[in-house]
Amino acid sequence: MKILVPVKRVIDYNVKVRVKADQTGVELANVKMAMNPFDEIAVEQAIRLKEAGTASEIVVVSIGPDQSQETIRTALAMGADRGLHVPASHDTEPLAVAKVLKALVEKEEPGLVILGKQAIDDDSNQTGQMLSALLGWPQATFASGVEIAGDELKVIREVDGGLEHITSKMPAIITVDLRLNEPRYASLPNIMKAKKKPLDQVSLDDLGVDAEQRLTVVKVEEPPAREAGITVASVSELVDKLKNEAKVI
Amino acid sequence: MQFGLTEEQEMIVDTVRSFVENEIYPLEDQIERLGEVPKEIADEIKSKVLGMGFYAPNFPEEVGGGGLNHLEFALLERELGRGSMALTHFWGRPQNILMACEGEQREKYLLPAVRGERMDALAMTEPDAGSDVRGMKTTARRDGDDWILNGTKHFISGAAHADFVIVFVATGEDMTDKGPKKRITCFLVDRGHPGFEISHGYHSVSHRGYDNMVLSFDDCRLPNSQVLGEVDGGFDVMNTWLYATRITVAAMCVGRARRVLDIATQYCVDRKQFGQQIGKFQGVSFKLADMVTEIDAADWLTLASAWRLDEGLEANREIASAKLYASEMLARVTDEAIQIHGGMGLMADLPLERFWRDARVERIWDGTSEIQRHIISRDMLRRLGG
Repeated sequence: MKILVPVKRVIDYNVKVRVKADQTGVELANVKMAMNPFDEIAVEQAIRLKEAGTASEIVVVSIGPDQSQETIRTALAMGADRGLHVPASHDTEPLAVAKVLKALVEKEEPGLVILGKQAIDDDSNQTGQMLSALLGWPQATFASGVEIAGDELKVIREVDGGLEHITSKMPAIITVDLRLNEPRYASLPNIMKAKKKPLDQVSLDDLGVDAEQRLTVVKVEEPPAREAGITVASVSELVDKLKNEAKVI
Repeated sequence: MQFGLTEEQEMIVDTVRSFVENEIYPLEDQIERLGEVPKEIADEIKSKVLGMGFYAPNFPEEVGGGGLNHLEFALLERELGRGSMALTHFWGRPQNILMACEGEQREKYLLPAVRGERMDALAMTEPDAGSDVRGMKTTARRDGDDWILNGTKHFISGAAHADFVIVFVATGEDMTDKGPKKRITCFLVDRGHPGFEISHGYHSVSHRGYDNMVLSFDDCRLPNSQVLGEVDGGFDVMNTWLYATRITVAAMCVGRARRVLDIATQYCVDRKQFGQQIGKFQGVSFKLADMVTEIDAADWLTLASAWRLDEGLEANREIASAKLYASEMLARVTDEAIQIHGGMGLMADLPLERFWRDARVERIWDGTSEIQRHIISRDMLRRLGG
């Protein structure tokens, strides 16, 4: 079985993100970029399935500027087999990404698509679900446990009330949550091999996808600074403040 | 001229750095308090690094090593330099000199060291022989086919965890125009070998948990097969294989200085006095400017000297310059970082006082600053017949 894993190049999670002076977006100049952490978890899960003998090939795909190839190479250095780069000059919205992935799924015919539940830059949390709808495949989102027995997929999902155990037929879409696994470090032999692994480019035109932006960013601003808290003298004062000042009860 | 790294080199840097940040930083306070590295922690670091195929990265692939060139190894050492030496010791980088192993020595020492099964340590320094290596008093005398070793080595880093040591001893003396000159031979000695003892050394102000040990040889009998290289050829193996280790000191200084600078820079933004960030005061901000400039200079000197080795160019002077400058730069950077933090910088609640203490030894070991200056100036003057 082949597994398709989309990976996104985002600002490294350690970087303190700053809004650009003209409020059109966030500062990207001279900022360290890295693979979306949820996507790392998706790559790790795919590698584990391959190591367990369940998967035979892992194909990673990234949509974005040329530097996205670095993100693909990182996944190859972790242990993925092959990379696909779909060049795109601007931010690709979740629906466009889902359409690209649908076209690639039809071409590559994977048995599973494993995605991060969201990217830490725009936090959209939509691509996996949209891809599932476009393909008409079952989806198991927010996975914190994945098991495959024959052609049945068992996923543990993190939901508000606790953990939900679901089973699904394959092919299917999985989006992964933080606690599914701990991604491995790239190994030295794999780093050295990564460059030799195939990395092909597929254009949006080849895939017949219109990735034009449909959303307009009006303004980006810093969230308001959090104000200091206060100490209340009594429960009645607390209730009063919650009712009349915060207006939450 | 090409100053950029290849994608592979970038990935090596990223991987080592994130390993040090995630696996080493969180353990540092504990090791600092304990003054030693518990075996479980040592074994865990070692097994993770082995799993990553990053153990013995400085050895060629033919013997199971990582096959990094000098430049790549310097990059790796630089990133490891960010973390505690007591802990990063277990990211095993056996002494390159083991490549001089021949015949059965390969099976017994070289290959197990590369596989992480046996750890090594290198012993040269003695109480009365520091910079003056040839002044060593530890001797080996012939007894039939065997050698009998007697003497004491001290300041032996890594010996606390070593399964065997690579030791240099005097095996005779030649008369020269300049007076008697000792002949040196290199031996491999197993821990636990009769007549050989490893004991705790002194309490160093630098690198707690990265112990310096004392080695005692008391009529320690070794067969001739324990000689590494040729009899009386100690200086040859030394010069062939230990030439480059000063680059690792320089590289580690650069890595640690970057970590210190990050902390100091952040503090300049967070700390407010007289109603503004202290980084807005020129007296403070200019310190940052000097620090980053010196770190960059040391970084390039270090990488350039490693690159020269890869290119097969003469590099002794350049390596000495890198070691000298990087270790003295680290002293200034750690000192200024404390100055920026004021009183708080001296408190053990922050890691700065540790970096400051740790920095002190870098100007001493692997050849003092004075020895490096000697090497540099001799190289300059000799060309003019000086």
